[in-house]
Amino acid sequence: MKTAKSSMGDSIRRGFQRLGSFFHKRPLDQELDAEMSSHIEMATEENMRRGLPTAEARRRALVRFGGVAQAKEQQRKERGLPWVDVLMQDLRYTLRTFRRDPMFTIVAVLILGLGIGANVAVFSVVNTLLLRPLPFGDPERLVWIAPANANGLSAATYSADAYEDLLVMNQSYADVTGYYAFSTPDNFKLTGHGDAKPVTGIAVAGNFFPMLGVRPELGRSFTKDESIKGGQAVTLLSHAFWMRQLGGDKEIIGKAITLDGRPVTVVGVLPETFDFGAVFAPGSKVDIFTPVWMDDIRMQGNTLTLIGRLKPAVSVAQAQAEAKTLFGKFYWRKTIPQSNNNYTAMPIELKEYVSGKLRRSLIMLWSAVGLILLIVCVNLSNLLLARAASRSKEFALRSALGAGRGRLVRQLLTESMVLAGIGAALGLGLAYAITGYMAHQGSIALPLLSNVRVDGAALTWAMLISVVAAILFGLLPGLKMSSDNLQETLKDSGHGMSAGRAHERLRSALVISELALACVLLVGAGLLLRSFVRVLDVDLGFQPATAAAIKVDYDDGGKTTKRNAIFEEIIRRISAIPGVETAGISDNLPLERNRGWGGPRAKGKDYKSGTVPGAFVYVVTPGYVKAMGMRVRGRDFAWQDDMKGESTVILNEQAAKFVSPEEDIVGKTVLIGNSEVKVIGVVADVHETNVEGKAGEQMYLPAMRDEWGPSGAELVVRTKLPPEQLAGSVMRTLKELNPNQPAVEFRPIQQIVDHAVSPRRFFVLLVGAFAGLGLVLASLGIYGVISYSVTRRTQEIGIRMALGATPRRVQLGVISKTLGLAAIGIGVGVVASVVVANLMASMLYGTKPTDPATLVAMMGLLAAVAVLAGYLPARRASRINPMVALRND
Amino acid sequence: MGEMKLDLLQGTLDLMVLQTLEAMGEMHGYGIARRIEQVSGDEVLLNQGTIYAALVRLQQRGWIAAEWGTSENNRKAKFYTITKRGRKQLAEDAAYWVRLAGVMGRVLAMGEGGGER
Repeated sequence: MKTAKSSMGDSIRRGFQRLGSFFHKRPLDQELDAEMSSHIEMATEENMRRGLPTAEARRRALVRFGGVAQAKEQQRKERGLPWVDVLMQDLRYTLRTFRRDPMFTIVAVLILGLGIGANVAVFSVVNTLLLRPLPFGDPERLVWIAPANANGLSAATYSADAYEDLLVMNQSYADVTGYYAFSTPDNFKLTGHGDAKPVTGIAVAGNFFPMLGVRPELGRSFTKDESIKGGQAVTLLSHAFWMRQLGGDKEIIGKAITLDGRPVTVVGVLPETFDFGAVFAPGSKVDIFTPVWMDDIRMQGNTLTLIGRLKPAVSVAQAQAEAKTLFGKFYWRKTIPQSNNNYTAMPIELKEYVSGKLRRSLIMLWSAVGLILLIVCVNLSNLLLARAASRSKEFALRSALGAGRGRLVRQLLTESMVLAGIGAALGLGLAYAITGYMAHQGSIALPLLSNVRVDGAALTWAMLISVVAAILFGLLPGLKMSSDNLQETLKDSGHGMSAGRAHERLRSALVISELALACVLLVGAGLLLRSFVRVLDVDLGFQPATAAAIKVDYDDGGKTTKRNAIFEEIIRRISAIPGVETAGISDNLPLERNRGWGGPRAKGKDYKSGTVPGAFVYVVTPGYVKAMGMRVRGRDFAWQDDMKGESTVILNEQAAKFVSPEEDIVGKTVLIGNSEVKVIGVVADVHETNVEGKAGEQMYLPAMRDEWGPSGAELVVRTKLPPEQLAGSVMRTLKELNPNQPAVEFRPIQQIVDHAVSPRRFFVLLVGAFAGLGLVLASLGIYGVISYSVTRRTQEIGIRMALGATPRRVQLGVISKTLGLAAIGIGVGVVASVVVANLMASMLYGTKPTDPATLVAMMGLLAAVAVLAGYLPARRASRINPMVALRND
Repeated sequence: MGEMKLDLLQGTLDLMVLQTLEAMGEMHGYGIARRIEQVSGDEVLLNQGTIYAALVRLQQRGWIAAEWGTSENNRKAKFYTITKRGRKQLAEDAAYWVRLAGVMGRVLAMGEGGGER
């Protein structure tokens, strides 16, 4: 029975007091000292008053007091937190052990730091792209409305009339919004703030921001009046643009900025968290937003991408069911009865649209990094086992001196936890650096990448994996250590005793599993790398090397003849620059935009509605086809292909084959819309929207004619010199011709291709880095085990050498032992790799999951690294001096 | 065996301290220890040092309060007083002990009586 019952309040109060005392040890101890010494003084005085001599009085006082040290300890235990004190003791002891063995500590912490850092960084990416909801209000109610399996945006868009009908006729959506899908980068020119600057603007439906639940940081969203034709010209700024171009000026709201020479009133600034590009157009940035006027785009065809917000009780499946019957009722233009366009739609969750395609790749990345953590744990387990071997006597001694098994295990656990803790701290630093770097890779076309950061969830994850790792790698050595027979250990002097051998077998098993894991990683990375090389080898239909493009500003006042004169002059002047081979203008570049027009049809043939595929359109000047390095059959455009000449077109092979499957189309006439157009040439298929997919139909129309007015101008220059050397002179020439030319980038075409393959490069780089890390860790593991076995067998080797074994034989023995381990590891690994490779088949390009070259190469690489890791101890073994080895005990 | 004795002492010591302070008013640690020894007729032979663990425990629970002061022969010492909550606790514990002692007495008396007859 303790001090009877005390109330709950008293216990809590006492808990706080204890905590307080824990942090005030020193003053409390001083106080206690003072109190006790005055106690003894008083007792001594009393004894002296009874007539005892001073020394005896003091002695008796001390006897009555009992042990001063014990009394103090007792009081401390009552007042503070004794278990924390024990923990501190363990920690101090742990740190002392680590300091005694700095190499071990550094290696272990580095390995853990790399493993945990990579894991936290990848988790942050996965969390942002897959797990976390989109940065909108109530994002799980948002759906992306597009036909099933829409390839590219041009097939995923609807007309203004269809949009308005959907708004009125649907039962599923609380609201529907959309944005104009065919804006080009740098489509506006900002003046009045220093040099003319290019600005990227997107036109959005008036309800875009309120519907997504995005509230402007300053000012307001668009009003109804501003969203219909004739309203005031207004714009909302992205946070980044506002900071960069306008210096974060809060007074800008309600004032006008000059875009393309027109004053446009700034009504608001969007919050920093809203990044249009990150969600809807990965890898690009959008500076400003304007309301799209439906009346302006009614005749443009299908230009709006649609996003719906489901009513609370409506499921995605219900919306899909409704779409099946509803979308067929829409017209692309209601005044044209036959434009009942057979619209379809398959609404899917917006999140699924944004990152659904990446799910497999991300899960693969996550698994790869998980494998790394596993390898790290195995490696540390191995290191700790090696340490356990050399520390077993210390532990046996401590336990002989009375340390309980619990206390020993707690000590080992503390060590693992401390290692994991320091590793986690290092790993978090690493993860911060990696995610910070990634978030600023604006050129990687992955959605939401700019939002990646180490957040609370990632911190939690870091803690979780650190603890799990500590238990994983601490468990085996801990169990091993505490189950060791005390007497055996104290006797075992390490001469090939059975315990030593069992120990080595355990470590060999660990190394084998490490090798197998590394093998899986390497094969996976190898397959991805090979796919990536295949992707880079794809014939794009044009030659990106030594060509570059720049966006050209011009003012033709809407007159074709004036525009022709401007274009001709630009191309003439640019072609005259030394180093320029050819130059030409197109209104858009491959792999950048989406644009579908009705494709060409053979004359005199009847097509059933919906059987003519759309064609991707480039409106170009003479020279463009050559400047892009495309192969032409027939001829290129000439400046004479204008309104005075006949209407002409260049088709790609795909379109040519559709119109005229049998005979050569060059020189014949086709129908485009209602016009008869003469085909003057055929070019190879160009990958217009992506590198890995197949090309569709394409047509190249002359910019010199009224019918196909170009929207913008990209000047493409093919050079003999590296493009960046010409950037200055090209810009200067353009400025001379047009002082309003904004200072836009002179972009190598290769950069556009790189951008298009950047997601694949991203995954290849990461998985490759992980595989490399796995390889290093596995080789460290092999080295550790072989090196340990050589040390343990020093005497045996000495004896064998004394009996006549040559150093070469000894070396061979050690290396063949290494190879034996490697062979089992690689064998297991290859089987596992084949399983894993089949799971990732859909991520490969032009590469079979069982690609023999990759398998063989990776097996060879692993074996070579294993041999290298075994060679160092082998060399040491062969240099053992028999005399020293035999004497040494 | 020694443990059992210690347990009993520890449990009762708190109560003894409270009662001493209630009866004597403000006292320092040495005074309390001496007083308990005297009252118990030196039957309870406690290590005086043990009292400091009890004092800090009672203080943390808020049953006694402490203050530095000067002793009768001009020595600095820490003086303890019982608090209001301490008095309440003392009343409860004392009642409990009296009851327990009564019950124990009856139980033990029954055992002895049975053995003699």
